[in-house]
Amino acid sequence: MFGFIGSRLLQAIPVLLVVGFIAFALFNYIGDPVNILLGQDHTEAQRLALIKDLGLDQPFFVQYAHFLWTALHGNFGISYRLAQPVGSLIAERLPATLELAITASVLAFAIGVPMGVYTGIHRNTLLSRLFMVGSLIGVSLPTFLLGILLILTFSVGLGWLPSFGRGPVVHVGGWWTTGLTSWAGIRSLILPAVTLGLFQMTLIMRLVRAEMLEVLRTDYIKFARARGLTSRAINFGHALKNTLVPVITIIGLQFGGVVAFSLVTEAVFQWPGMGLLLVQSVAVADIPVMSAYLMLIALVFVLINLIVDLLYYAVDPRLRIRR
Amino acid sequence: MPGASSVSRAWNSDMAYSFRTSPVALASAAIALILIVAAVFAPLIAPHDPMDVASLSLMDSFKPPVGLPDADWSNLLGTDNQGRDVLSAIMYGMRISLLVGFLSTLFAIVVGVGVGLLAGYAGGLVGATLMRVADVQLTFPSILTALLVDGVITAALPGTMRQALQIYVIIFAIGISLWPNFARTVRGSTLVERNKDYVMAARVIGVPSWRIMLNHVLPNVIGPVMVIATLGLGQAIIAEATLSFLGVGLPSTQPSLGTLIRFGDDFLFSGQWWVTVFPGIALILMVLAINLLGDWLRDALNPRLR
Amino acid sequence: MPLLEVRDLTVEFPTRHGVLRALDRISFSIDAGEILGVVGESGAGKSLTGAAIVGLLERPGHIAGGEIRLDGQRIDNLAAEPLRRIRGRRIGMIFQDPLTTLNPLYTIGRQLTETMQTHMRLSDTEARRKAVGWLDRVGIPAAAQRIDAYPHEFSGGQRQRVVIALALCAEPALIVADEPTTALDVSIQAQIITLLKDLTRDHGTAVMLITHDMGVIAETADRVAVMYAGRIAEIGPVAAVIRHPAHPYSDGLMASIPSLEHRVNRLRQIDGAMPRLDAIPSGCRFHPRCPHVFGRCREQQPELLDAGSTRAACWLHADG
Repeated sequence: MFGFIGSRLLQAIPVLLVVGFIAFALFNYIGDPVNILLGQDHTEAQRLALIKDLGLDQPFFVQYAHFLWTALHGNFGISYRLAQPVGSLIAERLPATLELAITASVLAFAIGVPMGVYTGIHRNTLLSRLFMVGSLIGVSLPTFLLGILLILTFSVGLGWLPSFGRGPVVHVGGWWTTGLTSWAGIRSLILPAVTLGLFQMTLIMRLVRAEMLEVLRTDYIKFARARGLTSRAINFGHALKNTLVPVITIIGLQFGGVVAFSLVTEAVFQWPGMGLLLVQSVAVADIPVMSAYLMLIALVFVLINLIVDLLYYAVDPRLRIRR
Repeated sequence: MPGASSVSRAWNSDMAYSFRTSPVALASAAIALILIVAAVFAPLIAPHDPMDVASLSLMDSFKPPVGLPDADWSNLLGTDNQGRDVLSAIMYGMRISLLVGFLSTLFAIVVGVGVGLLAGYAGGLVGATLMRVADVQLTFPSILTALLVDGVITAALPGTMRQALQIYVIIFAIGISLWPNFARTVRGSTLVERNKDYVMAARVIGVPSWRIMLNHVLPNVIGPVMVIATLGLGQAIIAEATLSFLGVGLPSTQPSLGTLIRFGDDFLFSGQWWVTVFPGIALILMVLAINLLGDWLRDALNPRLR
Repeated sequence: MPLLEVRDLTVEFPTRHGVLRALDRISFSIDAGEILGVVGESGAGKSLTGAAIVGLLERPGHIAGGEIRLDGQRIDNLAAEPLRRIRGRRIGMIFQDPLTTLNPLYTIGRQLTETMQTHMRLSDTEARRKAVGWLDRVGIPAAAQRIDAYPHEFSGGQRQRVVIALALCAEPALIVADEPTTALDVSIQAQIITLLKDLTRDHGTAVMLITHDMGVIAETADRVAVMYAGRIAEIGPVAAVIRHPAHPYSDGLMASIPSLEHRVNRLRQIDGAMPRLDAIPSGCRFHPRCPHVFGRCREQQPELLDAGSTRAACWLHADG
């Protein structure tokens, strides 16, 4: 089994290096950092000094290595726009994004899976049809539009829930901030979480349903019926287990997407997370933030891929036999 | 049915039959058609020209849609803060949205199908590497890819050229974010076809590879590609709308539906909801119609579900 | 009273081209402990008959007429729950492809104990003990260790043995075996058939053996029914049907099997092909291909008529 993990890690490293390379290329070659940091009129001496300072006079690979090294230490350079270290900017906003992403994912899973199972088993009931139509609308609805509509209904129209910001937050463990400890904080989380989670939920529902239908058509389910097993044993024992194996792994892979996708929701609700930071940075071509974001996301994805692979390994006995 | 003309055979084919008898397919095709016609012929049939600054007057600003007090029949869906007619803005906006969506999907198809055919047919290290690239890109949500590509290219362009080239940058960015879907499917189908006897026979005869790919393999993979293309079109339109909403999409001189929604977002709290909601509804309708057609297409082409 | 009695069974498929009749008033019976072979070309309706008996017809196929009786009681019109209780417990089924019939995520022991505990009151230890016993009886070596193995750890032939164990473990009175050896290597086929024969004889289980392989039928069955285009062409004791086929179609079938005894220059074949369900000929379904066709054959569809030691649906025996 360790061979398995080892080989996966080994595969991940080239990916990280490539992404790091792209991020570095972005960082160094797009735009002129000297101009941006010093402004348009600066003396030649100032220019040379900064170049020396930033190490821009070194050969290419030295700069690349330096870049990776400092990145490993959490130093991603300085944001053009805000003149703060990118590392600390990200650290500040990470908890907000993660909290939002996790809440949305849990919501999506908790509602999506049962709905998917139900519509898979009872294909033609009215409720099933309703769910399917709802899910189709969910897939067609752009996230930002959903956010706006929710704001319109619940904030403007009914005045129940706040429409922007994160509400009061509490510092936990030195670095993390959470809004979950207060009712006001939770209220601020509801609309963004629903907005972010809805797309996920419809995706999960349709996935589970499709898998369920596939599985229910297999020979082994036919054989289970021929042996007189109860509907319950067939649907929730055999079919569900076979359905969930591929579904769980796909959902796991999607989580990385949720984290990245949160940028749209954060923009709509002015949620102070990493996504909003990225959007603001793209608008003004703030390269250091963009490249740091890229590397971070790559890392998150690689980690998640690894975890999902491990999960698959644990759940599907066919993978455990090594010849 | 011997002797039947090809038209009547097409009419009676399973696919056409399934289309004719599915109310959903018919309705969504109808809606899509209406929206497309409105978009394409906007310059001819729109009641006003929202981009004509001279015709605007601040006196007309913020008129509500018909049905509410102070409304005016010449502005069916109301006007925005500068007096622009919302209905006309929507029609022009749909035009841009459809154009960008369509072109970027086309781009994605060309790249994706090409790469897929190559990867499937060549196999080996080339194929595996290409697919790895596609897989890695697929783990990122397409909106992120589009956003980053958009940002990077915009940053790389000198400031003066940015506005003019913006629409091409967007098309490119969205296209890049969508190609892996096509590549993977086409590669899968190509692998299946490549192992079939008729391809091996052609190779034995000495037909050059590119010809085999084009004449034999390609027609067989068109089906799934069409399904993904319809769904991809929906995704592309949403992607463009999202980018425009975020402010990194099309410039405000050529507003798409997303841009319109962004304009209107500022007025939600002051009560002029129609500036945002109607473009939103148009967007939803269009994408919904396209997605429904894509769903129907997928079911019609899948022999096992019949 | 026969164990299974099928009378005038009709199965139809509504399609947009019209209603297709896949089985047209089939009648036959199986006695307790006997092995009835059902042969015919692909598409003749053999598998459909088996599926109809256990109530597993795939939509939109449905039973449009006739009766199926098990021990005198009708089972074709049962509701879902009583039907479920019959499946496995009183009628077992064996499918064709052992590679896809077993759930890959469950151990074979679990699949066995689950089946037994669904139909019989057994404690977990008892069920497990019985499961090991069954694996042993179907010839899986080291049964007590292999019981916790997964299906993919067994070969195709072994998996089919497991399938047989699963079909028999709830001790049904009748087994419907749908092409049990078709997907296996020739060398394994004989073993599996012998196993099936021995086990069912030991337990007094009746078998409906569906196959297109006449050799298997000759070896194993007591009686055989020859099906053609959704009807039974001939039915009778195996030896009689093979040596003295009374229906021209059975005659053609038997003659087209190459014999090891004498060499022939050309293999005999039956000209033409079985008709499609939407193009069934009038009168006797076989008449366009029959070398002995005459007037009545084209107009009237024959029922099963006495023809010496067998019964055949052929007007040649009208006055027999």
